[in-house]
Amino acid sequence: MGARKMSPPKNKNVREVMLAAVPSLRAFAISLCGNVDRADDLVQEALLRALANLDSFQPGTNMSAWLFTILRNLFRSEYRKRRREVEDVDGSYAEQLTTLPEQTSRLEIDEFREALKLLPPEQREALILVGASGFSYEEAAQICECAVGTIKSRVNRARSRLADILSIEDASDFGPDRETRAVVNVSGSRRS
Amino acid sequence: MNKSKPSRRRTAVDLQGSEPNPVTRLGSDIKAKIGQQLRLMYGEVVNQGVPDRFVEILRGLDEPTDGGAKNEPS
Repeated sequence: MGARKMSPPKNKNVREVMLAAVPSLRAFAISLCGNVDRADDLVQEALLRALANLDSFQPGTNMSAWLFTILRNLFRSEYRKRRREVEDVDGSYAEQLTTLPEQTSRLEIDEFREALKLLPPEQREALILVGASGFSYEEAAQICECAVGTIKSRVNRARSRLADILSIEDASDFGPDRETRAVVNVSGSRRS
Repeated sequence: MNKSKPSRRRTAVDLQGSEPNPVTRLGSDIKAKIGQQLRLMYGEVVNQGVPDRFVEILRGLDEPTDGGAKNEPS
C-alpha cells in the first residue's frame, strides 16, 4: 500500500491551498466575465495551468495571488479575442445563482452588480481584489501587474463612481427608499 | 488617465454639483457601505463552496506525479 506513495507530502498541501482558493477565484472570475459558466471554465483553465506550472510557483509566496494572476492573464488574453461577447451578461448571472433568503439583499446585490458593470474593467477588478477578495494593495498590484499607487487610485475612482451611480451620499441615504432611487439612477445613467 | 465622460455623468441635481474630482469626497460611511455590498455580492459565490469539477481536477495532486498532474494547459 505504502509502496506507491511517491508524491511528496507538500503536494497535499498545495492541493488544499488551491482548493481553498477556488471559491474566491470563482467569485473573481464571475466579476470579470459576468457569466457563471464561462467563469467556471476560466477557473478550470487557470487551475490546469497552475498545475502544469507548479514548478514556477515560489514556495512561501502567496498561492492565492499566484492563482489570481494566472486567471486574470487567461481572462485578458481571451477577452481580447472576443471582446464583443463579454458584456452580454444580463440575466444569465443572477439566474444561475441561488437566491438569497431576504428579498432586499437580493435586490440590493443585483443592483450593485449592475452598477459594477458600468465601471471600467481595471477599476472593477481593483475594487474587487481589494474590497472583496481580501488582497492588500500590494498583492492586488502584483496580480494586476501595475504600481501600488495605480491600484489605490483605481479603487478610489471605482468607489467614487459607484457612489455616484448608486446615489450613495451618506448614511442617511440607506433607507428603504434607496433601492428604487438607485434603480432609477442606474437605468437613467445608461440611457443618457 | 482622467477620462471624464460627460455622457455617462448624471445630471446630478442632488449631488451638490458635479465637481471634476469627486474622488476625495467619499466619507467612511460610503466606503463601508460599498465594501459591505461588495462582500455580500462576492460572498454569494464564495458560499457555494467548491464545485465537484474542481475537486476532480485537483485530485491529481494526491497521486504520484508522473503523468497524473501533467495536464495540458490547452
